[in-house]
Amino acid sequence: MSSLEERAVQAAGFADERLGVAKFTRKSLNKIFPDHWSFMLGEIALYSFVVLIFTGIFLTFFFVPSTQQVIYHGSYAPLRGQRMSEAYASTLNISFNVRAGLVMRQIHHWAADVFIAAIVVHLLRIFFTGAFRRPRELNWMIGTLLLILAIVNGFIGYSLPDDLISGTGIRIAFSILLSIPVVGSYLAFFIFGSNFPGTSIIPRFYILHVLILPAIIAALIGAHLAIMWHQKHTQYPGPGRTERNVVGIPFWPAYALQAGGFFFITAAVLAALGGLVQINPIWLYGPYVPYKVSYAVQPDWYMGWLDGALRLMPSWETVFGPTIGGHMIPNVFFPAVLLPGITFGLIFAWPWIERAFTRDRSEHNLCDRPRERPIRTSVGVGVVVFYVVLFLASATDVLANTFETSLNLVLWTLRILLFVLPILSGFVTYLLVKEIEHLPAVGTPKAGVEIRRTIEGNFELSGLGREAAGEKAAELPEEVAYHQRTTNGHAEIYDAPELGLGERAVPVEGGLS
Amino acid sequence: MSRVNSITSRRKGSLAERAAGACLAVSIVGTVGLGATYWLGGQPQLEGGFLFLALAGIGVGVVTWGKYLVPQGPYVQDRPEMKSPEPEVAAMNASLERGISQISRRRFLLRLLGGSVGVFAVVNLFPFLRSLGPLPQKSLFVTNWKKGSKLVTASGRIVTVSDLEVGGVLTVFPQGFESAPSNAIDQVVLVRAASYDLVTRPGRETWGPQGYLAFSKVCTHAGCPVGLYQELTQQLLCPCHQSLFDVLTGATPVFGPAPRPLPQLPLYVDAEGALRSQSGFDEPIGPGFWERGA
Ligand code: HEM
Ligand code: FES
Repeated sequence: MSSLEERAVQAAGFADERLGVAKFTRKSLNKIFPDHWSFMLGEIALYSFVVLIFTGIFLTFFFVPSTQQVIYHGSYAPLRGQRMSEAYASTLNISFNVRAGLVMRQIHHWAADVFIAAIVVHLLRIFFTGAFRRPRELNWMIGTLLLILAIVNGFIGYSLPDDLISGTGIRIAFSILLSIPVVGSYLAFFIFGSNFPGTSIIPRFYILHVLILPAIIAALIGAHLAIMWHQKHTQYPGPGRTERNVVGIPFWPAYALQAGGFFFITAAVLAALGGLVQINPIWLYGPYVPYKVSYAVQPDWYMGWLDGALRLMPSWETVFGPTIGGHMIPNVFFPAVLLPGITFGLIFAWPWIERAFTRDRSEHNLCDRPRERPIRTSVGVGVVVFYVVLFLASATDVLANTFETSLNLVLWTLRILLFVLPILSGFVTYLLVKEIEHLPAVGTPKAGVEIRRTIEGNFELSGLGREAAGEKAAELPEEVAYHQRTTNGHAEIYDAPELGLGERAVPVEGGLS
Repeated sequence: MSRVNSITSRRKGSLAERAAGACLAVSIVGTVGLGATYWLGGQPQLEGGFLFLALAGIGVGVVTWGKYLVPQGPYVQDRPEMKSPEPEVAAMNASLERGISQISRRRFLLRLLGGSVGVFAVVNLFPFLRSLGPLPQKSLFVTNWKKGSKLVTASGRIVTVSDLEVGGVLTVFPQGFESAPSNAIDQVVLVRAASYDLVTRPGRETWGPQGYLAFSKVCTHAGCPVGLYQELTQQLLCPCHQSLFDVLTGATPVFGPAPRPLPQLPLYVDAEGALRSQSGFDEPIGPGFWERGA
């Protein structure tokens, strides 16, 4: 029997003879990945998406996307004998009768929430470190599209079970479509196949949810990763790190093992959430009945800002045009169409907006530290606070109950905070950033120091692998020590140098842990 | 590599190896537990817990392996600028321009191509869109409430004038339209706000016989059912975004984002004592839309 190496080489040879992949594969295996915890945020999003696909495929085997009304005879006693759609009945069936069905449903739902949260935090890391600057504007825009599609697909998935809460959400969605000037009523009727509610929306949402949107999302994720791979990661500044190099761990095998393992860790956390933390117990809400309404109308977290905006908007409505038979721009247009339009438009265009001010068109591969860019950082904080206030506003009723005050007070407080708090927090951020900008050594990586007791009873300083280097590098952070050694020519060339500058990987002798 | 270092790293290595091994073993135990739970009929919490162990075992084990048992560098790699060298760009541009000049020589053909693709798109897109749904036409302006429609409950029972006490509330539909899907549009909230005839507004002198007031139940904000009647304040509350409508003044919005009153349905009591509508609504119900006008 041949060794593992021999068999791998054989397989690679098979592929190369037919596809000529030797050069690409070699480059890829030797690729260097800078390592930082904040680079895992995008990975969490990716792995949650994979979990969504696996659990989603499971759900498709049992979910019936139909609004056909049936009488429930299943095993959940409180709802027996009630009229409900097949969609709702089949979701009850998944929850109570399909083996592991409830776990799968709940993992799917948790994965959706984590997916979108990870995308948002990932976007913030890109924003605050300036990693969207040239040459990465394309990936910034693809990422924005992914965020929008993830939110849309999340909302659509949430609507599929046709329970009382999600059905109310669909009703609001219809009204939002209706509010779009000129084409709104046509759009709403074409999407729903009739006036609200019709019978087409669940089947149409279904095919969008399980096929069309996931396919687009998967394609965009593919493009996102391919571009990232080609352009290489950004890296944080530090000794030895420049705009023209990448310092980190090799893809093969260190990074591959770490990333592969991290997929399982993400999936494990989602499994634990799905198994142990209840989410969306639709049997408590009851089936959707258009004239019934539930008290706790609260959408998934990523829709909260829109719900909050709907609540904070004053009761204005614009009527204009020839005499009385003119036109109307309905109230919900402003918070539910214009606001998201502006939001995603601004996110989308941010690299160019910032460039218009900085006039910086050069290529950047080193991340900014947020404190190095006081204006961007404070604008970012202000904008985040704006959406946090909107998110809080989606719970005006809960807040009023909790603090035992009037809804009116909560509403007006939030309306004022919506504009005051972002400006205030942006300003405070600016001052803080300016303050720490001048402090020396903030954020400089600290070198680990070990203090050892020697046999004679003395104390001695030792550092990470410093004896190994056999030199007095004790005061230097590891990257400096490393940098000096490579530039001193001590380093071993890791990859065939004649194949071009781009592919050299230089290991540090003695490997720093 | 000096000896001291290789010894420490070997010691660290064997520890990591044992830890990774333990994790992978835990994973096997978790998977077996999952299989057993499933086999025995399933139990959500146990399934989640075992699935966690099975996946986390592999995950932590493999990450430990990748972090402590294989070389970590740090390594350095050059990063060429994305932009290609000047000659490459020039060559690309030349090829591009050559093709374009070859095509654009045929101006007429080029225009015709644009035209044919454009016509194809327009002629195919519009019928496609159109077959997705009907044109709205007047459907947003009308409901099934007609002159003389009897008010019935969701189960089709005719509502008579003796059905509600003062302070009572009921969801009603025009007879014959009490089920899905039309009940989403026709739903009306019937409130008995007093025992005598009520006038909510000038011009609505006869609309509220014996204190019965009927309003479209579709919120004028975003269309939720205005489900909650607060008897004390005689207000209707929409739970979606907390709009409040004052019943006695014709369901005018007094709080929240709803921009317009709920349209009122004029009622009368027929000879048998049944409640009926004098006519349909005199304005479109529900949330606003472009064609609605005022
Ligand atoms: C972009 C990624 C996705 C997101 C954000 C997402 C989100 C959701 C959410 C929030 C639900 C409601 C679950 C509930 O509580 O009942 C849902 C339901 C569902 N999803 Fe997904 N999903 C995604 C991808 C997929 C994929 C790829 C499939 C199948 C191939 C799928 C199949 C389903 C099915 C069949 C249901 C209805 C079953 C049920 O409600 O129990 N999803 N989705
Ligand atoms: S739908 Fe009634 S307040 Fe928004």
